[in-house]
Amino acid sequence: MLAFVIRRILQSIAVMVSVALIAFIMFRFVGDPVNQMVGVDTPQAEVERLRASLGLNDPTLVQFGRFLWNALHFNFGVSYQFRLPVTQLLAERAPATLELAFTAALFALLVGVVMGVYCALRRDSWLARVFQAVSLIGVSLPTFLIGILLIYLFAVILGWLPSNGRGEVVKFGNWWTTGFLTLSGLKALVLPAITLGLFQMTLIMRLVRAEMMEVMRTDYIKFAKARGLRTRAIHFGHALKNTLIPVITIAGLQLGSIIAFAIITETVFNWPGMGLLFLKAVQNVDIPIMAAYLMLIGFLFVTINLLVDLAYGFVDPRLRVAMRT
Amino acid sequence: MPSPTPEEVKGLVAGGQSGLIARLLDSDIYASFRSSWVTMIAAAIVLLCFIGAAFAPWIAPTDPFNPATVFLSDASIPPVWQQGGDPRFIIGTDDQGRDMYSAILYGLRVSLMVGGLGVLLAASIGITLGLLAGYMGGRVDAIIMRVADVQLTFPAILIALLIDGVAQGMFRGMSRETTAIPVLVISIGLSFWVQYARTIRGSTMVEKNKDYVAAARLVGLPTPIIMIRHVLPNVIGPVLVILTINLGLAIITEATLSFLGVGLPPTQPSLGTLISIGNKYLFSGDWWIVAFPGATLAILVLAVNLLGDWLRDALNPKLR
Repeated sequence: MLAFVIRRILQSIAVMVSVALIAFIMFRFVGDPVNQMVGVDTPQAEVERLRASLGLNDPTLVQFGRFLWNALHFNFGVSYQFRLPVTQLLAERAPATLELAFTAALFALLVGVVMGVYCALRRDSWLARVFQAVSLIGVSLPTFLIGILLIYLFAVILGWLPSNGRGEVVKFGNWWTTGFLTLSGLKALVLPAITLGLFQMTLIMRLVRAEMMEVMRTDYIKFAKARGLRTRAIHFGHALKNTLIPVITIAGLQLGSIIAFAIITETVFNWPGMGLLFLKAVQNVDIPIMAAYLMLIGFLFVTINLLVDLAYGFVDPRLRVAMRT
Repeated sequence: MPSPTPEEVKGLVAGGQSGLIARLLDSDIYASFRSSWVTMIAAAIVLLCFIGAAFAPWIAPTDPFNPATVFLSDASIPPVWQQGGDPRFIIGTDDQGRDMYSAILYGLRVSLMVGGLGVLLAASIGITLGLLAGYMGGRVDAIIMRVADVQLTFPAILIALLIDGVAQGMFRGMSRETTAIPVLVISIGLSFWVQYARTIRGSTMVEKNKDYVAAARLVGLPTPIIMIRHVLPNVIGPVLVILTINLGLAIITEATLSFLGVGLPPTQPSLGTLISIGNKYLFSGDWWIVAFPGATLAILVLAVNLLGDWLRDALNPKLR
């Protein structure tokens, strides 16, 4: 077991180092960082001095080492657009993205499980067919189109919900801002969260439906019926519990995707989060922000994958046996 | 032994000509196609989109990108059936006075071209690397598959965005119109190759141990020839399904990038760019500028996906 844990952690570190290498290559070789900082009329000697002071004349390997060292200390340099430390910029916008992602994930999980269970149990009812059709559309439609559709319905025609920004936020501690505590903040959260969570919701719904139908066919459900248990107890106590393990895994793995896909949702709703910052960086070739965001998302994905793998190792006895041999 | 009658000879010759079509009409795949009206509608829509895109310059009533035929005085005209509509513009005009119908046809052309080329590039990269990994094994295999694993943990749209950003940094100073399409095709190609590589690698590893490969080796054929002429034809089958399913994804990816403002510029719009333009006029009530490109994109992607799903099931012998 320990060997497995260590091997997986080492693998994760190797992946992170390769992501860092890509980020470094971007940082170092796409557009000269010095050119971004100096004006056209800066004398050549000044440029050279800046180059030396930034360490750009050192061997590439030394520079990569320094890049890694700085990254470990959350130092990703200064944004070309804002002239502010990248870490500060990302930290300011992190609460907005995290709150949005959390709400979207919660929405996807709750609604997805309920719809999936309904579709599995009442397979031939018209509502189940509607759910199935909705899920097909949810998978096919691009996120930004769903966002536009929701804005048009609920903001333009009905005028119920705002379509822009986070509403009023409350400052919490040093740098965390939350929209959960004000009415306008909560209202502003509804449409972006649905837009962001819809794809994951359909995914979870399909998964729950398939798993549940599979479980309902198994022997222990038949025996539970034969024992005369109440239908409700069979459905929720026995069947649902056994379908939830893969669902939770998928939900965990999708958390990273939700944060990455927030780029699109944040753009549609002008949500002041990290995704919007990253997009502005891509548009303006602001490499330090792009590199830092890549590292951040990479770290997130690697960590989630590692945790899921380790959790599987602990939970599933078959895997544990396989690892020992 | 009686010689064949002239009728029989004719039949044999004709069989060579129409044999393929007759076999296709007789096949299980065609039967499953005919039995599903959803698939037939989807196929018709996709075909219509391809024809519209291919012949856009001849079908479109106006050239929306020729400044001589576009007048600002025609800007923001609603569709014909609404008050203030103009019969010249069936589904209205955008903020620049361009005919929406023509703009959509041209946008479809760009979207399908970028999506199609992107998917083809992804397939070529994936097939090449998959063949190499599966046939060579060892260290080549380990390196290629490690890269694939790492890439698979990131969503394709994020990779496409990053490649797009990096490319923009490298082509600084060149105009967007010349670089946008190649950059998008490369972004899509590099984001979607993994699935092809994995599939091809798997079946190559099975094929390479079969007798015909051993025979080809014994004859002394060079490895690249064995890989391309002998192994490739036997492993290429499943690629067709992935190609169709990925076409929908690639079109969405291109539209998303264009919508986000890092894809095609407004002077050379794809469906995504048109939606992004129309999105600005959502609140002023000019719903048609965004609705029609949006609906076109949605229907196209839905149809392609349905077709891909059907193809996957039809070619899967287990489900037949």
